[in-house]
Amino acid sequence: MKDGVGAKGKKVANTAMNDEAEEEKKKVTIYIMGKAYEVPAGLTIMKAVEYAGFQYIRGAGCRAGFCGACATVYRKKGDYKLYTALACQTAVEDGMYLTQLPFVPANKAKYDIEKIEVSPNTLIKFYPELVRCVSCNTCTKSCPQDLEVMYYIQAAIRGDIEKVAKLSFDCIQCGLCAIRCPAEIAHYHVAQLARRLYGKYMSPTPKHLLERIKEIESGKFDREMEEIMKMSIEKIKKMYAERDIEGATEARAKAEKD
Amino acid sequence: MVGGVGRKEDRKTAYDAGMMKIAYYPGCTLKTTARSFEKSVIASYRVLGIEYIELEKWTCCGTYFSLAKDDLVHHIASIRNLIRVKEAGYDRVVAPCSMCYNTLKMANEEVRNDEEKAYRINSFMDEEEDYRGDVEVLHPFDLLREVGMDRVRGAVKKPLEGLKVMPYYGCMLVRPEIAALGKGELPGIMEDLIKALGGVPVYTPYNIECCGSYHVVSNPDFVMARARDIAKKAVMEGAEVIITSCPLCHYNLDRMQLEAKRKWKDFKEIPAIYFSQLMAIAFGLGKKDIALDGNYVDPRPLFEAKGLV
Ligand code: SF4
Ligand code: SF4
Ligand code: FES
Repeated sequence: MKDGVGAKGKKVANTAMNDEAEEEKKKVTIYIMGKAYEVPAGLTIMKAVEYAGFQYIRGAGCRAGFCGACATVYRKKGDYKLYTALACQTAVEDGMYLTQLPFVPANKAKYDIEKIEVSPNTLIKFYPELVRCVSCNTCTKSCPQDLEVMYYIQAAIRGDIEKVAKLSFDCIQCGLCAIRCPAEIAHYHVAQLARRLYGKYMSPTPKHLLERIKEIESGKFDREMEEIMKMSIEKIKKMYAERDIEGATEARAKAEKD
Repeated sequence: MVGGVGRKEDRKTAYDAGMMKIAYYPGCTLKTTARSFEKSVIASYRVLGIEYIELEKWTCCGTYFSLAKDDLVHHIASIRNLIRVKEAGYDRVVAPCSMCYNTLKMANEEVRNDEEKAYRINSFMDEEEDYRGDVEVLHPFDLLREVGMDRVRGAVKKPLEGLKVMPYYGCMLVRPEIAALGKGELPGIMEDLIKALGGVPVYTPYNIECCGSYHVVSNPDFVMARARDIAKKAVMEGAEVIITSCPLCHYNLDRMQLEAKRKWKDFKEIPAIYFSQLMAIAFGLGKKDIALDGNYVDPRPLFEAKGLV
């Protein structure tokens, strides 16, 4: 995700918030499932749909560009392109023809991650349709996260699991790629399998984590925990506020001195 | 940068400076089952002063060139890869895998020669710059012609001492004419290479026979019989090793000989390796670059007995 926050279109929505009164006066016409509605310019698609009187029962979650629940497909007047977006992250435009996808059906392979054998063919074994990819790039064009979807699918075909895991890291499983792909691939499920395999079998083992787990299991922190459990809420809050954060204590001291 | 060396005189300067850079399209097999090909081809061409610069982004070439007249979507992959070559600042690309070479080159020629198809392909890929066929698709053999056999001879440290080698072209380097390495049925380039490395090329009627190609998936017995015939003829004519530039031919010839041996006890195997491995051997490169360890019919005893590796 860009800058660790939401996806495309977010900035439009934010500027609009700065000048709400001004924006309120400006209206745009959008078409929700074919019917025209006048909504304030600058709203996100999600807010505009609610403004028009609809209620989200499915197809909305985090409202912050993270959960991928709000997949949206639209066209603009006089434009042949079929656009895709996250409703919570994209500002309405005049003349948008909108439809929400509350659910994307996609084939998901069954596997037990503990028992999988990792080989260059693992992804193709679970998702043989991968080899149908014709490199049309439609998936990349439809991804609201701006991921290189086609290149991760191509890496999957070659069995380069690490590359799939890395290129797909920011996938929020909205399903827009899968609904557009002429090869009927379920990209995000393939990518998730790759990330699971990479995480479990391929990425370097964090030594410090293993050591810490051992320490915890051997009861090193048990007494401390017991003490905390007996403390009053106020005391715990105070301890939390004053806890030592790496670098922060020095920074605070330095700020006070200045 | 001496990357976009489309102009002859620029290329000459690049060669004279000792490093001619060229965009390199690996294709899927060189990154998976044909690692030995990739390692040896990059290393041996570096000796000749040619540096392969891998494209940062590439997809499968499409595997084969679709001959159906209206099947344009299968050319998209090839053309997009050629667009990536241009974006990387090159106007020539080398594709060592015979299949990739053939597919890319055929798609390139299609765009060059058919304006209407070029228009449709370009308008489908409306997110890319228009492509008109301005990249040159080369096989490593084209580069050998360019540097000349004198340079190859000059790089030899361990002459092959009369090793008898069957050059196996298969189909993709010689058919159809529009993608062929040379006019006529026998391009002769592998023969010239073998001689330059100190070996003796062995001619058999099977040098440009089809290996059975992807029938290995649906009809392995048929491919096994072809591998047996090709190997048998090579041995009969006195060849000690077969060289190829196609990962699929290589798989069929190498792996299927194993099956043939299982079926016909008196069948005599002959190792099949990539031409670039033979170059790496003669250039005296290290074991890692020669990469002889991945074969079903082990070529190492032959080269060890001759003191070449
Ligand atoms: S949309 Fe499907 S066929 Fe097209 S590039 Fe993506 S995965 Fe391949
Ligand atoms: S890769 Fe597909 S599922 Fe993941 S964020 Fe992009 S479009 Fe959505
Ligand atoms: S509601 Fe979660 S991404 Fe839009």
